[in-house]
Amino acid sequence: MTISEILDSMEYGIAPESNSEAMAWLERNDHRFNLFIDGAFCTPNGGYFDTLNPADGVVLAQIAQANDADVDKAVTAARKAQGPWAKDGAKRARVLYALARLVQKHSRLLAVVETLDNGKPIRESRDVDIPLVARHFYHHAGWAQLMDSEMAGYVPVGVAGQVIPWNFPLLMLAWKVAPALAMGNTVVLKPAETTSLSALLFAELCVEAGVPKGVVNIVTGDGTTGGLVTEHDGVDKVAFTGSTAVGRLIRERTAGSGKKLTLELGGKSAFMVFDDADLDSAVEGVVDAIWFNQGEVCCAGSRLLLQEPIADKFIAKLRARMDTLRVGDPMDKSIDIGAVASEVQLQRIRDMVAVGVAEGGELIQSDQVLPNHGCFFPPTLLCNVESSATLAQEEVFGPVLVSMTFRTPAEAVALANNTRYGLAATLWTENVNLALDIAPQVKAGVVWVNCSNQFDAAAGFGGVRESGFGREGGREGLFEYVKPAFTAKLKPVKRISLPEVKTRAEGLDRTPKNYIGGKQARPDSGYSAPVVSPKGVLLGHVGKGSRKDIRNAVEAATAAKGWAGMNGHGRAQVIYFIAENLTARADEFARRITDMTGASAKEAAQEVEATIDRLFTYGAWADKYDGAVHSVPQRSVAIAMQEPVGVIGLICPDEMPLLGLVSLMAPAIAMGNRVVMVPSGPHPLAAMDLYQVFNTSDLPAGVVNIVTGAKDELAKVLADHYGVDSVWYHGSAEGAAMVEAASAASLKRTWVNDGKARDWLDRTQGEGREYLRHATNVKNIWVPYGA
Amino acid sequence: MNTSINPHDLPVAGHPRNPGLPLDLEWVMDARANRSAIERRAATYGARRSVKKDHQAAWLIKAISCMDLTTLSGDDTEQRVKRLCAKARNPVRPDILHALGLGDRRITTGAVCVYHEMIPAARRALEGTNIPVAAVSTGFPAGLSPYRLRVQEIRESVAAGAQEIDIVISRRHVLSGNWQALYDEVREFTEACGDAHIKAILATGELGTLRNVARASLVCMMAGVDFIKTSTGKESVNATLPVSLTMVRAIREYRERTGISVGYKPAGGISKAKDSLVYLSLMKEELGRPWLEPNLFRFGASSLLGDIERQLEHHVTGRYSANFRHPIG
Repeated sequence: MTISEILDSMEYGIAPESNSEAMAWLERNDHRFNLFIDGAFCTPNGGYFDTLNPADGVVLAQIAQANDADVDKAVTAARKAQGPWAKDGAKRARVLYALARLVQKHSRLLAVVETLDNGKPIRESRDVDIPLVARHFYHHAGWAQLMDSEMAGYVPVGVAGQVIPWNFPLLMLAWKVAPALAMGNTVVLKPAETTSLSALLFAELCVEAGVPKGVVNIVTGDGTTGGLVTEHDGVDKVAFTGSTAVGRLIRERTAGSGKKLTLELGGKSAFMVFDDADLDSAVEGVVDAIWFNQGEVCCAGSRLLLQEPIADKFIAKLRARMDTLRVGDPMDKSIDIGAVASEVQLQRIRDMVAVGVAEGGELIQSDQVLPNHGCFFPPTLLCNVESSATLAQEEVFGPVLVSMTFRTPAEAVALANNTRYGLAATLWTENVNLALDIAPQVKAGVVWVNCSNQFDAAAGFGGVRESGFGREGGREGLFEYVKPAFTAKLKPVKRISLPEVKTRAEGLDRTPKNYIGGKQARPDSGYSAPVVSPKGVLLGHVGKGSRKDIRNAVEAATAAKGWAGMNGHGRAQVIYFIAENLTARADEFARRITDMTGASAKEAAQEVEATIDRLFTYGAWADKYDGAVHSVPQRSVAIAMQEPVGVIGLICPDEMPLLGLVSLMAPAIAMGNRVVMVPSGPHPLAAMDLYQVFNTSDLPAGVVNIVTGAKDELAKVLADHYGVDSVWYHGSAEGAAMVEAASAASLKRTWVNDGKARDWLDRTQGEGREYLRHATNVKNIWVPYGA
Repeated sequence: MNTSINPHDLPVAGHPRNPGLPLDLEWVMDARANRSAIERRAATYGARRSVKKDHQAAWLIKAISCMDLTTLSGDDTEQRVKRLCAKARNPVRPDILHALGLGDRRITTGAVCVYHEMIPAARRALEGTNIPVAAVSTGFPAGLSPYRLRVQEIRESVAAGAQEIDIVISRRHVLSGNWQALYDEVREFTEACGDAHIKAILATGELGTLRNVARASLVCMMAGVDFIKTSTGKESVNATLPVSLTMVRAIREYRERTGISVGYKPAGGISKAKDSLVYLSLMKEELGRPWLEPNLFRFGASSLLGDIERQLEHHVTGRYSANFRHPIG
């Protein structure tokens, strides 16, 4: 076209980014990449496979397939390197800083390699991915420097096995590697099969940055290699980002291994537009939400919820905007949407859109011409999709948006939460009252107000429900890569064996029942079990709880949601009141403990005293476990809010029947959770006496529920239950493994003792922030501002 | 000289005028402008749309043809204005145009913009061209001279031969929320313009919020202006991309509701060739191809042309250019 013609047409033309440096890099490596283990590239025991450019199908290079021997070698190298690496935070800070600098220095090469391998627009890899990678290393260089002072009492977990997805290859590497290294861990990282190149380039940067041998190991390969990494005995921590199906498998396979686990999985995030929103800006928000990275974003705002009065107007604006989105060669700097990452993914998107249309969705696609080869899909909107439709429930992982309407804020929340997932949500309104009302009600780990897909190293990211658990970024993310220093010294729990009944206790027979919804409830089974003292005295009976009792207790706990809405001061009053009423009956409880456990009068009195003390501790904490406002570089308030997890199943330790139980219950309810407790198996009576205390302490019905019975049986029901948000387990190693395995179905959080006993009288082990962290989910709410 | 206006002599010829609407306060009060979101979007035009090589050259020529080449200084003289007009007639060196393959195209700026006293000189200097003369008016830049005189100033400028009138609005009406007063004022200014096209300068740097910018834009369009314009160039903050996006969205909304196309003129602070490309991208993305012509888009600029000339010479020769190689405007 001549300049004269262009002057008339005013088309954009193409603005290609050069790939020559990237091709030269591939050339230098003979288009073949080995495994990066113990500071050097080494040939795999397995073979090689091709990695393609999805925009044109051309083979870029051959990638090594790591087998079990290779993964062994990598884990061994990581293990060997971990001790020395953990020693000096300041030294780690220098290395992470060097990595950040190198990422910046080689930013364009990294961006081009990423785009060639993944298909994302060069504009996004250049302006979003790589700057965020550098930012992540800078930020965590700082945490390495500060670990000694800011993470006192915590030690590295050890060797982290990390498996990352193909949608943000290098960024996900940074999210995994930076915090792990900062906290003194070493890593074995498995990139996604189709997008390994930027990780291998990063390996070169590790050498240049002076990362000690074995601290970072990169093993490429397919899902088998991923499984070898996550299930390796030498791995202490598994961090996975990817599909919910694979995440569930990892949860099952690592159950009982003692591995710490973070899962960042799928989503079907809601994008709510209220009738007072700046609609033109909200349209751009949709572009950022679902047409960023071809929609291949776990937190993509893929469900558009429109308030009825503005729905038609908004759709009209959105349709017009779709027509100006340019789909094409990802290396062209003037395109908005690049290539879908692979042929397989493209076919999946096509199939799902076909399902959406078959189920009655009104299909709207821009009419632009797509490149005639390569994996491209146009921006797509399906209107009038009902919440029962497949596309309203299933993640597409492509540039596909579905829309529906709502009438009221309450209905918006109900629709937003009508999903198995809980990763992110977006809401648009000019009304700060509405925004701050809705954000806490949405079940999600991240909420964006008047913006979408904002990320930063200083703000935690992660989900709830089947979107996984754990946070990446921010102070909250560091705890995924440390453990309390005392855990190494813990001893296995002792089995308590009691004799047969020899005599009956004197006095009137009191038969405690289950405590559900603030009332005593006979066990559904109609059976009771004897409670015997160490001397063979029959102390009484407790109900044999069953699945149905757990079901009822969970229902009562779910119904008691007002507790979560009560302010911390109010909850503190109740907890103090429980402590006060327990004080009045301290002698009675001490006698009960002595009778049940054989503890001396002094020991029993000490346990009661410690219990009262623990209640005071959490009465104190109830209004002090503050969230944070993160320092993000955007002009935005990023509020890290501590939210109650929801309904927690507490499987209480057998030992210290009163203190152990209260040590779990008090932090949970202090943070606004409701609990279903299974008390000490051999010594359940103290718990049952406690409900009389609750009844005189203004504790609302349903906040605390107690079901006695066979511990692991009831624990299984709780771990299986879709309505239970977390389970804390103190019991045998087998029981702990069972709880973790059973939690895989719902992907709930778990906190298990791995069969180890804590010293409940030791405040370091028995109380504090660790408990509060497990009792809360951090929700990051982004609120940009400007008059 | 003949001061009557033949619409066919103007670049705006054939473009339907904006008849305006009765003031629709509900619409005005309904306007929303979320600053942080607008800033984020505004930051993307340069990054999302890269215009290179021949396309860049063509786009820069387009920027010239959409330029109101401006001098608004206390020391303006007729000779100074004559020189500026000569530049408006031949904004790019002929050899460069020839090398670009545009030797046979008549490339001029969109208009020349001056104070009232310079209108006759400008008209004389532009005789025989289609380049209209624009005059700033209504007590420019503050707009605080007696109301009667402001209306009269328009009439006198039109009588003196101005084909376009850039009026300034009373910022106080915006800041005090007196939309009716703003509407009435602009309506009367519009009527005073007669056949001359009217551009309303909002002085956005003095309106406090983007929401005020959006509301003032709507009120001015309802009052019948042909263009809305950001700034006088005399405020401490002049044209910015976020302000432009806010105004351009108002133009889009106005067109969606009425079918009437209103023009946009960012003014002040746009001095780099690269900036002009970003503005053109913004117009193309938000309003489409029709807003890349001088009848619907103008840059108010004085030093932008020089930078564009240097870029064009670089495009032609591959060597970076220097100021002295291009005639002064």
